[in-house]
Amino acid sequence: MLAHQQHHITLPEGSIEKQTTTLNVGPTHPATHGVFQNIMELDGERIVSTEQTVGYIHRAFEKLAERRPLNQITPITDRLNYCSSPINNMGWHLTCEKFLGVETPKRVDYLRVIIMELARISDHLICNSIVGVDTGAYTGFLYVMQYRELIYEIYEEVCGSRLTTNIGRIGGFERNFTNTAFTKLEKFLVEYPKVLKEFENLFARNRIFMERTIGGGAISAERALNYGFTGPNLRAAGVDYDVRVHQPYSSYQDFDFTIPVGKTGDNYDRFLVRNQEMWQSLSIIEQAYKKVQEFKGANAEIFHADVPEYYLPKKEDVYTKMESLIWHFKIVMGEVDMPKGEIYSAVEGGNGELGFYLVSDGGRTPFRLHFRRPCFIYYQAYPELITGGMLSDAIVTMSSLNLIAGELDA
Amino acid sequence: MSRPVRFNNSPILASSADAVGAVEAPPGFTGEGFFTTQLSNVVGLARKNSIWPLPFATSCCGIEFMATMGSHYDLARFGSERVGFSPRQCDLLMVMGTIAKKMGPVLRQVYLQMAEPRWVIAIGACASSGGIFDTYSVLQGIDQVIPVDVYVPGCPPRPEAILDGFMKIQDLVGEESIRRRHSEQYKTLLNSYGIQ
Amino acid sequence: MALTNQYIQEKLQEKFGDVVSNFEESYNVLSFEATAANNLKVLQFLYDELSLQFQFLTDLCGVNFPDDAGREISVVYHLHNLAQNIRLRFKIFVPVAAPDVFTACNLFSSANWMERETYDFYGVNFVGHPNLKRILNVDEMDYFPLRKEYPLEDQTRIDKDDEMFGRG
Repeated sequence: MLAHQQHHITLPEGSIEKQTTTLNVGPTHPATHGVFQNIMELDGERIVSTEQTVGYIHRAFEKLAERRPLNQITPITDRLNYCSSPINNMGWHLTCEKFLGVETPKRVDYLRVIIMELARISDHLICNSIVGVDTGAYTGFLYVMQYRELIYEIYEEVCGSRLTTNIGRIGGFERNFTNTAFTKLEKFLVEYPKVLKEFENLFARNRIFMERTIGGGAISAERALNYGFTGPNLRAAGVDYDVRVHQPYSSYQDFDFTIPVGKTGDNYDRFLVRNQEMWQSLSIIEQAYKKVQEFKGANAEIFHADVPEYYLPKKEDVYTKMESLIWHFKIVMGEVDMPKGEIYSAVEGGNGELGFYLVSDGGRTPFRLHFRRPCFIYYQAYPELITGGMLSDAIVTMSSLNLIAGELDA
Repeated sequence: MSRPVRFNNSPILASSADAVGAVEAPPGFTGEGFFTTQLSNVVGLARKNSIWPLPFATSCCGIEFMATMGSHYDLARFGSERVGFSPRQCDLLMVMGTIAKKMGPVLRQVYLQMAEPRWVIAIGACASSGGIFDTYSVLQGIDQVIPVDVYVPGCPPRPEAILDGFMKIQDLVGEESIRRRHSEQYKTLLNSYGIQ
Repeated sequence: MALTNQYIQEKLQEKFGDVVSNFEESYNVLSFEATAANNLKVLQFLYDELSLQFQFLTDLCGVNFPDDAGREISVVYHLHNLAQNIRLRFKIFVPVAAPDVFTACNLFSSANWMERETYDFYGVNFVGHPNLKRILNVDEMDYFPLRKEYPLEDQTRIDKDDEMFGRG
């Protein structure tokens, strides 16, 4: 690691050029990945070294969170990994619930699992189709975006928003899932497997795609663990660490699914791991949907836990009962005090272990909130992944790592 | 208590009979083998239906832009089939997402590299005014560094809203006078941003 | 034998004695404190010791306690033993006048950027870091924004009226 990157390094005998070319793969670059800058030193097309700059979208989430009460932090967490914002929201709510000692009913847990797995499918779809775009295959992306619209419609039925969802509340959801939401979910479960099969057929055994991706950006399991990799990137390197299995949250232990694991950790393995994870997510959603349908009658109306300090009471009660009015006022003005203490809680985000470290001094807002952002941590390995390889492989590696700028810079 | 669904219960199936339309000719005087109209009308008509956008997507609004480019809310039917990433070749700079203070000079550089005539659309609350990020590191709106033509509010704006903003840009492009870019008023506007 | 918080505490006290203190268990995670000069020794011990093997650095962040004289800035390490599935929290405290901490980069490559972020936000000087400069903020920034004394908003903005937001 160079403290100060040298430019125009003189190359030894046998190299293509006499000194390296400096190429700025700048913050604005195509294929809408996000804003990262890499200043690469190239010998012909081979990369000798690279210097990274991040922070082009630093929005000071952690400082912003010190100003906001717990309920108001959810919209900030949306904007971390915005391709799968429900997972961030649920992760934050789970942290708050663990901290405050709130038990959510089973139905809420299963509904949360449905939403989180839909978000995971949505995230992996973008990542895999963008890997396709970066190797030149635009069709997969266009075809699959159509089905992300179906997922967005399901979110809209529950929370009203497509992308930055602010879905759920501390203790559950803001409203019960309507019949339309379940109809849309059923439509998705029927139509989507065929699409995924077709998308897989386009790429998985496609000779051009395989030759572009196999071998590029490989990392061994030991280096990956030392770099703090988590999520599909770590699983592609061979380590089967998944927060859903190791520290289950939201009743994930009730579901039956496997963790796909790769061998070499290269771009092709990452593609396949994400692809297989989408199949597993689909299976989890089907199981969760069956379990939700087993709740009948009054049980089917439960959509939140009974936590009056943080969950807004029904509007009819606010207008008629005194306690509800007081709770409503306190929650909206953010005047409910938190207990003192600290907690670290993690969920399996689209990119890996998304952790929330919350320190509270008993006030109305967190004293310190730190997001453990997986993208930020594994992007450090990028120079090691691309040095010695070609420039075009470096681009494919960048997109196969699924770097989301919002999560990188927070 | 399950709230009954009131809207979008019986969706109307799309029919392709009136799906494709041709652009109307501008008002003018026609005769045997000739058609006269104002030059700015013809130029505006050609320009507005073939805008090449430069997507400057930084964050969440960029994903909604990807959805807008997708087949469901097609941006290509407005003439923007080819999105370019080279500022020299593009007409419309679509700034989507939060612009941090670190990114401000980069945005300005891209704007300076664009060739006239150029338009700028600020998509999303963050590009318009800083959005929910009223912090030390976020530029409170891109109009602090470059002149903006249309602002699209939303966080993120729905694809329909992005298309609406795009159509307003089309209106601006169609109505623009040919001499605008050489006028005193335009020069004063650019000078107020420090652009020569 | 499964690893328990009790065992970790015993091993640490046996090896380090007074250097480690303040053992607490919150939400099933053991949390302890060590003196700032010994942070690398503790991390190395937790990494190498066969029965402990905390070889995954989950997180590294800073916290600012402006009221705690001499202990204003804290660096918190979250470690994880993947094989036994045990988490651990390890804190050190440094005074704001001399916030020097030995870097963990040689042990964990993931500490590199996390320490740069902690430097950027709090001004903690990581001794021995290969590239300690600002990572998320602009390079020209001359203060450490996440310290409690600095405000969230940019004070030079003119389009937003603080009076309207209730902070005049």
